[in-house]
Amino acid sequence: MFDMLAALGRQGISYIASLGKATLVVIHALFVWPQPIKNMPLLLKQLYSVGVKSLLIITVSGLFIGMVLGLQGYTILVDFGSEQSVGQMVALSLVRELAPVVTALLFAGRAGSALTAEIGLMKATEQLASLEMIGVDPLRRVVAPRLWAGFISMPILSMIFAAVGIYGGALVSVDWLGVYSGSFWSVMQASVDFYDDVLNGIIKALVFGLVVTWIAVYQGLECIPTSEGIAQSTTRTVVYSSLMILALDFVLTALMFGDI
Amino acid sequence: MLNTETIIQIHHLKFKRGQREIFRDMNIEIPKGKITAILGPSGSGKTTLLKMIGGQLSPEAGKVVVKGNDLALLTRSELFELRKKMGMLFQSGALFSDMSVFENVAFPLKVNTNLGEGLIRDIVLMKLQAVGLRGACELMPSELSGGMARRVALARAIALDPEIVMYDEPFAGQDPIGMGVLVELIKKLNKSLGHTSVIISHDIQETLSIADHICIMSEGVVIAQGSADEIKESTLENVQQFINGYPDGPVPFHYPSEDIMQQLMTEN
Repeated sequence: MFDMLAALGRQGISYIASLGKATLVVIHALFVWPQPIKNMPLLLKQLYSVGVKSLLIITVSGLFIGMVLGLQGYTILVDFGSEQSVGQMVALSLVRELAPVVTALLFAGRAGSALTAEIGLMKATEQLASLEMIGVDPLRRVVAPRLWAGFISMPILSMIFAAVGIYGGALVSVDWLGVYSGSFWSVMQASVDFYDDVLNGIIKALVFGLVVTWIAVYQGLECIPTSEGIAQSTTRTVVYSSLMILALDFVLTALMFGDI
Repeated sequence: MLNTETIIQIHHLKFKRGQREIFRDMNIEIPKGKITAILGPSGSGKTTLLKMIGGQLSPEAGKVVVKGNDLALLTRSELFELRKKMGMLFQSGALFSDMSVFENVAFPLKVNTNLGEGLIRDIVLMKLQAVGLRGACELMPSELSGGMARRVALARAIALDPEIVMYDEPFAGQDPIGMGVLVELIKKLNKSLGHTSVIISHDIQETLSIADHICIMSEGVVIAQGSADEIKESTLENVQQFINGYPDGPVPFHYPSEDIMQQLMTEN
């Protein structure tokens, strides 16, 4: 009984210690005196790596999810004679929920896992230790550009996802199923509010971007420097990120749209 | 101890990894401008000691003083400043895999100095010339042999003309030619640049041939120190076992376990 309690306590302390360490990583990496000219090339490289290289999976997924939404929305709304509102349904579903959440889940799988593996391998091959001994802080050189890149890329990717998704919805409901184009776009324009819907969606994407890259870089820094250790950390990045995205989505949705 | 100025002092160092005690009461003084070799069997904590001198690990008790600075009292930025005066050759070379040989050696100069591109180029070429790899400056780390990678890493370690250069197992996994090249390089660079060299190794003959001062570590303490001749003449059993490579002795061949007959007779 006491052993079980002790084990539980040890696990709790270790969890709190990890959380504290991860917070220190973010503080050291982000809240330091910025050197924009010196660090800009590093940031651009990471923006390309985590942002531009995620474009294909984001646009293709956005297109298909928008098409499915158009199809599902039409089949349900047509029973009530309100298929003209399919544009509103597609747009609101995408900008409020699906674009930030699905983009973040895909981002965690594509960019987050790559970040963990890259940093983990740098640790295993002593490149991080080597940076420290050269007098360069790895948190500023390796971690900070990646965190900023995730923070900047996610809202842009999410907006691209939503835009392509809306186009996919229009493709199915207007061009295929014959919903009147004027109604599709005008109902959407009248019902989607910039501040309530679009901006809240962007805030969600910003939060998810920070959380996913934070988990990814921390898992990379803390991984056991072996091939098995890197594999475990990469898996943990995807699992923890996905759980955090879904949990935070509920919290943010409740705060933004739940009138609480 | 040599009668000379010391640049690194390690006093009453204690360190544990899990339940295993790495350092019990480690005391070492490293003389300035000399080659000091720290020898010891695998797992005796040699690399851990280098990491403590570099401030990458903190001891549980005791202190590490480098150039008059107690590492425990330095802020993060002060520690990074101090590290600019140290160079370290890692066992794996630790070259940045996304940079060419030239860029690897130029990296410490670019991030830590305000030198112009032209001057950096000249310094890099001179450092690569010193290790015999000026012709390989365009190659990527993946195109280098193990020995070449270690020499490039050495050029990078001395790029900023540090006052202390630490070598972590520089001869491990080297063929006889590569080993000979590295031995000569370490000796030549120490003489011409006048820095302090700290070599961690268990390649006895090569290390004894160039070291001015030798410390032998075992079970968390320094068991013998002195010049190469003094070490060779030591009457201590574990020193003799280590320098002559006897398979059994105070350092047992077998990992601690129960009696083999007893284990074989036990049913699963």
